[in-house]
Amino acid sequence: MNDVVRRSLVFSTFAVAIVFIGFLQSWNVALGIFNLCLISATMALGVNIQLGYAGIFNAGVMGFAALGGLSAVIISYKPVSETISLGGLGILICILILLLGSVLGVIVYKSNLSQAYKKILFPLIIIFVLLLLNLIGAPAVERIEAFEPAASGFLGGFGLPIILSWIVGGVIAGLVAYLIGKITLGLRSDYLAIATLGIAEVIIYILKNEDWLTRGVKNVNGLPRPVPYEIDLQESTWFIELCQNFGFPLVETSSIVVKLSYCFLFSIVVLTLFILSEVALKSPWGRMMRAIRDNEISARAMGKNVKARHLEIFILGSAIIGLAGAMLTTLEGQFTPTTYQPLRFTFTVWVMVIIGGTGNNYGSLIGGFLVWFLWVEAEPLGLYLVELITSPLSETNLLRIQLITNAAHMRYMMMGLLLLLVLRFAPKGIFPEGR
Amino acid sequence: MDFLNALALITNYILLPGFTYGSQLALGALGVTLIYAVLRFSNFAHGELMSFGAMICILFTWLGQSYGVNFGVLPTALIFLPIAIGFTTLYCFFIEKFVFAYYRRKKSDPIIFLIASIGVMFFTAGLIRFIIGPSDQNFNDGVRFIFNVREFKAFTGLDEGFGLKTSQAITILTTIILCSILFVFLNKTRTGKSMRAFSDNEDLALLSGIDPNKVVLLTWVIAGGLATFAGVLYGLDKIYKPFIFLQMLLPIFSAAIVGGVGNPIGAVVGGYVIALSELFVTFAYRKVLAYLLPESMEPAGMMQFLSTDYKFAVSFIILVIVLIVRPTGIFRGKTI
Repeated sequence: MNDVVRRSLVFSTFAVAIVFIGFLQSWNVALGIFNLCLISATMALGVNIQLGYAGIFNAGVMGFAALGGLSAVIISYKPVSETISLGGLGILICILILLLGSVLGVIVYKSNLSQAYKKILFPLIIIFVLLLLNLIGAPAVERIEAFEPAASGFLGGFGLPIILSWIVGGVIAGLVAYLIGKITLGLRSDYLAIATLGIAEVIIYILKNEDWLTRGVKNVNGLPRPVPYEIDLQESTWFIELCQNFGFPLVETSSIVVKLSYCFLFSIVVLTLFILSEVALKSPWGRMMRAIRDNEISARAMGKNVKARHLEIFILGSAIIGLAGAMLTTLEGQFTPTTYQPLRFTFTVWVMVIIGGTGNNYGSLIGGFLVWFLWVEAEPLGLYLVELITSPLSETNLLRIQLITNAAHMRYMMMGLLLLLVLRFAPKGIFPEGR
Repeated sequence: MDFLNALALITNYILLPGFTYGSQLALGALGVTLIYAVLRFSNFAHGELMSFGAMICILFTWLGQSYGVNFGVLPTALIFLPIAIGFTTLYCFFIEKFVFAYYRRKKSDPIIFLIASIGVMFFTAGLIRFIIGPSDQNFNDGVRFIFNVREFKAFTGLDEGFGLKTSQAITILTTIILCSILFVFLNKTRTGKSMRAFSDNEDLALLSGIDPNKVVLLTWVIAGGLATFAGVLYGLDKIYKPFIFLQMLLPIFSAAIVGGVGNPIGAVVGGYVIALSELFVTFAYRKVLAYLLPESMEPAGMMQFLSTDYKFAVSFIILVIVLIVRPTGIFRGKTI
């Protein structure tokens, strides 16, 4: 019972905070924050599965989220037929070569050739594949990127509904997680963190530089939406009549309706994932995971395949992060590789999970909500604080101007302080893991 | 002659920048490796410590410049380096006292230390952006080149040449001096030996009367000092950007791990290995090959293994290869 009271108290506090923002700033802002809170909570749920259930430190959250974003582009953007006819075939051949190369590599790896042969064959395959890719890929890529570089210069996507990309983003992130997990999961915890941090950076570098795929730093704008556009709503007669009947302002109501529809879609995802995670946690599978986390050696002695289970959970968690990344790109309607930064994506999500309570799904939800809320509201709050402190100084005081312009960066300090305080005084978080 | 031309090209574009960047990485990796060996955790805040040191140095340099202080041909920042080291060490003591001491007393898991260091990283990153702002700062005054490409060509009569930047010379020399001092300190002095003993076997060191608090504080002094050097030298050589230091964390960790975590010699070697391979792999060899090969075989393409955009990825690929093939690093790591 105590648990239920505690949970409802914390969650209603958060609801009050959102309502407060709604009245104080505007409902548009409040709903905007809440939508991102839902996405953060999804990411936190994914990280919680890895960190909380199995104790895997994945510092590559950013990379998987970016892969989700990529899938949103590939699924929803309409195909650019000119570039496809220019270089589509070359790219297709390249993908086939890569696949064949990997298959060949696996065959060599599994074969019973002696180690010495394998050591020669592996680099040979890699060099051969790289050479072929350069020969066939480079001209194709050049042709694609040369086509109207200011407006297009990339292959585009499949032009399917963007909602599909949420699933595809999860699948892509999961596949990449399988490859990464195979290589890195044998490492000790802090090596794993460093290795995954690096992999995430590499993924971002690829997305930034492979213009034929993502337009790189030129960004992809104007992704289609799963919900109606404000402008269409404002022009449809039923909506105008509705607003007139209730006396709502037309423009503001339309954007609130759009945000509410996003909110509805995201809520379905978060609720489904939450229920699934809870069921999984309480199932024999969840108990086994916690047993492995708490004592790996005895779990192995009980006949559990620790490595396979770790890989399983790494893929699951990363897939959820990929899904969240696709949701984020859907909400923003554009894909900007430069916005993926480890402080904003990876480490903030860790803070969410740790503050909420590692291993507790309710904790991840509230951690995602609260931390995102603070992340956004830290800016006005910090500005207010700085103005209060420096108010005795004159308007033109250089120090005051300097502090006020830099006040937005208070959010990093606040995140750090929050993490340190929680880690020190409430290491189990807001909702400690249940027994 | 052609061979010399090719060599000059490689020196200008790979060796000099490589050794400079390698020195900066080596100084950073030494700090990481010392903290790992003595305090037993991976310090994710190390990049921000470098940034913090550089920031203090820049602030004092500005103050000094406004009073007309300068260091002649050398950058003014060097005068204020000791003050910056002092402040960074104080900051290290501060985080040790308020953050890490508690977990050390509780004998927490290394991963808890790691999470705490991420908290410190966040806080320090915010503090730096709050004080100096997120934009670039160029604080390198003094003479830019000891000799530049044109002077070199005129002096030797070669077609290609290399220039030696003051910051490059300072970085490489400082690193050599600092490393020598550190190795003498660790191997010859009583305090250094007590540090190594503590890192080797904590309980045994305690039994033989080594004061653990002294060792811990000393480690922070060295790590903070090295971080300040690395940060300032990097800022002098390129430019000071607050957000670049989080990106540098990866090559620094790679350098430490590739060399063998906990091994100072490994950290230095690792730094140079990472920096040089980053440049070797992303350099376009077209002009070099044009000098070396007979005219008929002159290459058509850029002759580049990887585009320069993937520079940072190289350090990571090396890291992964080392982790898979030889997880303990080039020099077997763990203790100093």
